[in-house]
Amino acid sequence: MSAWLANPGWILIAAGLLSPLLPRMLRQAFLVGAPLAAAAWLWHMPQPSETTVVWLGYTLTPLRLDPLAFIFALIFLFAAFLAGLYMLHVRNRLEPASALVYAGAAVAAVLAGDLITLFVYWEATAIASALVILANGPQTYRVTMRYLLIQVSSGLLLMAGAVIYLRATGSATFDHLGLDAPGGWLIFLAFGIKAAFPFLHNWLQDAYPAASPSGTVVLSAFTTKLAIYALARGYAGTDILIPIGAVMTAYPIFYAVIENDLRRVLAYSLNNQLGFMVVGIGIGTELALNGTAAHAFTHILYKALLFMSMGAVLYRAGTVKGSELGGLYKSMPFTTVCCIVGAASISAFPLFSGFVSKSLILSATAYQGAWIVWLVLIFASAGVFHHSGIKIPFFAFFAHDSGIRCKEAPANMLAAMGITAAACIGIGCAPALLYNLLPYPVDYQPYTSGHVLSQMQLLLFSALAFTVLMRTGIYPPELRSTNLDFDWVYRRMLPAALAHLQRMGTHAQAGFSTQWQQASHRATAFLRRSYSEAGLLSRGVSTGAMVVWTAVLLALYLIFYQA
Amino acid sequence: MSDHNNNRLFWLRPAVVRVVVYVLYAVCALSVILEFVIHRHEKLDFAASFGFYAWYGFAGCVGLVIAAKGLRRLLMQPEDYYEAPTEQANREPHE
Repeated sequence: MSAWLANPGWILIAAGLLSPLLPRMLRQAFLVGAPLAAAAWLWHMPQPSETTVVWLGYTLTPLRLDPLAFIFALIFLFAAFLAGLYMLHVRNRLEPASALVYAGAAVAAVLAGDLITLFVYWEATAIASALVILANGPQTYRVTMRYLLIQVSSGLLLMAGAVIYLRATGSATFDHLGLDAPGGWLIFLAFGIKAAFPFLHNWLQDAYPAASPSGTVVLSAFTTKLAIYALARGYAGTDILIPIGAVMTAYPIFYAVIENDLRRVLAYSLNNQLGFMVVGIGIGTELALNGTAAHAFTHILYKALLFMSMGAVLYRAGTVKGSELGGLYKSMPFTTVCCIVGAASISAFPLFSGFVSKSLILSATAYQGAWIVWLVLIFASAGVFHHSGIKIPFFAFFAHDSGIRCKEAPANMLAAMGITAAACIGIGCAPALLYNLLPYPVDYQPYTSGHVLSQMQLLLFSALAFTVLMRTGIYPPELRSTNLDFDWVYRRMLPAALAHLQRMGTHAQAGFSTQWQQASHRATAFLRRSYSEAGLLSRGVSTGAMVVWTAVLLALYLIFYQA
Repeated sequence: MSDHNNNRLFWLRPAVVRVVVYVLYAVCALSVILEFVIHRHEKLDFAASFGFYAWYGFAGCVGLVIAAKGLRRLLMQPEDYYEAPTEQANREPHE
């Protein structure tokens, strides 16, 4: 048992489980203290190290620390600290407690050395993160259920894949898998759901904006980057990830331009940034994987910062709808500055963090000669500046005077935003700080005059495009609306089609009742044959196949039932 | 959105906005002119052509916005399209 608990993630999990029982002061101390204590532990752990235990005849590795796991665990703990600071003022007990458990499970999942341990923490993050959303109030019940179903389905696929892999190879070790491994596609799909691959992505834009201001900050850090870590570990160099990632960078930004809820805009741009990391994993060279790890690191910080600033706006102004905001810079000057730092970082302005991490991925893509993908990534880079870098700060803090006058964000929120902003600028100005943490040796210089110039040209002319479109009135106004995305297929189209089929079935039954009876007699006879000894359904079927079908049927049933 | 309010918020005054826009034009022009001085090392040939990032960034963003505007015609629904009436959160600002 001690082998399982001797894990920095468990400090957070234990703190989270205990905290609801404690007085407020102690709860607050746990929120910021537990991540710091865990980070100190992680920092001093020998590297590489492994703990193995034998469980039911299988060797499991509850703890494995190597450079790839280290950088993800470290940034998760830093993000947990920042989110904890940001939510210090929260009075309900559920949100901070589930946030701690969620962060701890994510850290433990990154440090898991085998697929079974990974599965356990994978599901723990699903449940704890669902509680983070639910803590925002009873109105989030339905969205929480939709979110939980999809997260748990991902876990079921992972479990099915892990069982098949374990039976075929006799080992549960989580190292490079590839699509050809037994159960490889199932595990790939499980990771893909949490990484918000195209058409598997809607849970993200659906659920993240439904959480409280601080809840969304917590959510933005862990689940998707855990999936990025898992893909980097298991599927580095898998070619299909390159087109998947490229589509991910481009597809969400069209929605981001017309979306009115600014936190949902950020959810779309989160999805777009994951695309860059997925492309890096697909390329799979040391430079590209360094780029993915570096980009995950900087992305967690600037995305948290952007969600913090929009959370502060929601907290004080009562809304984050672009159509209702404007001119807030006077009321919230510090929040405005922090938001602009986050916007500059995600847009990869030189001297800000995104520049030094995204460059690695872009260079790796160019080295491969994958010019179509490279063009898509450059387009997406311009687009992300357009919709995140300009749109978010512009419509919230400038644009026009909405008449809203409110207080600046509370002190703890300002402190969290200030530290995060300082980290974004620090990494941008001194990239060696980040490069020294990367899994492979780095021989890369982001600050060459040519590189800075080309990036500045791209960004300046994107800003020019925004300006021209605004001043000519072509830019679409912010409108209160829902823009249908792929989730419409399973939330509206398929349920409607099923209901229609059901009605048709009822009519048909009434019309052909005699034939129906005869058919049912034949069917019963068939079933009797099938279930008799040596009949089709009584024959031995492999456990793996059974697990898959059970998982698939359960997931389909749950999704349609909920829809 | 009256003139009175616009006068109170410095960065929203039309005159200030105009200056910001002119500064942007000037910096854009400067970034292209600098290409005569600074050589960009590119791994891909077409990216090394003159002003590539400038026109690509501009055209990409204009295309993005026009395409997104078109998507709105196809995809836009009322805000409460999916939601049961009770799920509309009633948020109050915190003082």
